[in-house]
Amino acid sequence: MLELQNISYSVRENGVEKNILKNISLIINDHQNVVITGQNGSGKSTLAKIIMGIIQPTSGKIIFNGEDITHLSVTERARKGIAFGFQQPVTFKGLKVRDLLEIILPQNTNCHECCTYLAKVGLCAKDYLERPLDNKLSGGELKRIEIATVLARQAKLNIFDEPEAGIDLWSFDNLVDIFQQQQATNIIISHQHKIIAIADTVVLLNSAKIDKVGTPDEVIKFINTTKQCAKLGGTH
Amino acid sequence: MDEITKELLAQTSNLHEIPQGAYNIRKNGQLLARNTTAAIQIVSKTDQDGIDIIIAPNTQNQSVHIPVVITKGGLNDLVYNNFYIGENCDVLIVAGCGIHNDSDQSSTHNGIHTFHIGKNAKVKYVEKHLGLGNNAGAKNLNPTTQIFMEENSSFTMETIQLGGVNYADRKTNATLKAHATLIINEKILTTDQQKALTNFTVELVGDDSKVEVTSRSVAKNQSFQAFNSNIIGKAQCFGHVECDGIISDQAVINSTPQISAQDVNAMLVHEAAIGKISADQMIKLMTLGLTQEQAEAHIISGFLS
Ligand SMILES: Nc1ncnc2c1ncn2[C@@H]1O[C@H](COP(=O)(O)OP(=O)(O)O)[C@@H](O)[C@H]1O
Ligand SMILES: [Mg+2]
Repeated sequence: MLELQNISYSVRENGVEKNILKNISLIINDHQNVVITGQNGSGKSTLAKIIMGIIQPTSGKIIFNGEDITHLSVTERARKGIAFGFQQPVTFKGLKVRDLLEIILPQNTNCHECCTYLAKVGLCAKDYLERPLDNKLSGGELKRIEIATVLARQAKLNIFDEPEAGIDLWSFDNLVDIFQQQQATNIIISHQHKIIAIADTVVLLNSAKIDKVGTPDEVIKFINTTKQCAKLGGTH
Repeated sequence: MDEITKELLAQTSNLHEIPQGAYNIRKNGQLLARNTTAAIQIVSKTDQDGIDIIIAPNTQNQSVHIPVVITKGGLNDLVYNNFYIGENCDVLIVAGCGIHNDSDQSSTHNGIHTFHIGKNAKVKYVEKHLGLGNNAGAKNLNPTTQIFMEENSSFTMETIQLGGVNYADRKTNATLKAHATLIINEKILTTDQQKALTNFTVELVGDDSKVEVTSRSVAKNQSFQAFNSNIIGKAQCFGHVECDGIISDQAVINSTPQISAQDVNAMLVHEAAIGKISADQMIKLMTLGLTQEQAEAHIISGFLS
């Protein structure tokens, strides 16, 4: 179980305090698919990075399986079973796809297992294992490899930041299947209806705050009504 | 052969036993062992210290190892090696150089290599440098490489200096005739107070000649590296220089890539980027469970691989 208690994150910009996240509290139970959605700039990626330890919150606590992990490093959180897929996959000079998978998988893992994870994201291992992880790979290819590295970690909690970006429709359906089949807890940041639809819980972020938590139907209905309100000159 | 010599040969030339084919092993300024083959002659020079390596035309899939080992301090070794590679050859030349100096006096190896590469010949040249030993005696390596490339020849040069060398002054000059291709991959790691200087001058004189220089440098502690390259295009030609450096601590890397296009059809490009290890790369590897130190080691060994 992951528990976020009153997470806030603010930065000073031109001498003015800017709230990027304000009092986020949330409980995520094991084996759930939780989708975090919301407009660009609402704070989704920041929240994901705070859970992974890439960003330290200004205040608040993070409890993972009963343990306060607020002050643990990225490495320590990774070792406790949190995996993270970046919105923008990182490229390297001199590291190959195989090198990343070898970091993740136990020493004696054979190539066959590397292949499994690449195949899951629709990539043929034969063509990709020896490819350098650089900008010669397309955005979609890098994104799939990024997802494969998360799956390969077989973590308790997976965080995916906009996994669908750059992925074509055919593979997108496979991606949805992957999230449904996962034994792990998944936190998925997404705008896609198909991904929202498979969520156990949807969290709607709006301007640094949680606007609504509910089932996909509840949240979609909420979004539609507030849009309606906005059109009618409402205050949402 | 003593253990130190064996280790230096293994690490710099990947030699774990006496190699197949032609070789010339030089130890502490003297000939230790030599083998020639029907196609590959090795002849000592009479006017200066060094050897002529003559490879007969059409020699295919053969190798020449010319390792140099120095196992003591206070030596200043200067050697001239000339390679004459016949037309249509396809050969591997390995010229590792290792100094194990446990004394307080410095030892230096200056290797002046000249390559004459015949028409349509293909050469891969590997030059790996290493310094070992814990005392104050410096380990210095100053290679000079001159490459004359005939039409349609190709030369791939791998230069690797992965530590322990106090001072290196590396000079490489090449002239390329029509359709000749030169590929240079350089990898240099410096630590502590080490200094490494690199100078490339490549003249592209023939149409459709091509050079690609890729330099990757890692400088740690208070070490210093300077990379200078000068690509001169005098014909319809292509030249590309890419110099990437990672620095940490108080290290300094200077990069001065110069290109000079002297023909309207010359196409020359240089790229250079120096900086500390990317934070994003570190974080990505840490999300896979590596510590900061492990992540750094992975990034650097990949970068220099
Ligand atoms: N370090 C920072 N300094 C200033 N502004 C930031 C910083 N990090 C994020 N922001 C801003 O916070 C907002 C939320 O960013 P982000 O979490 O990336 O949003 P989302 O992923 O929902 O699109 C954006 O307006 C972004 O520009
Ligand atoms: Mg985002």
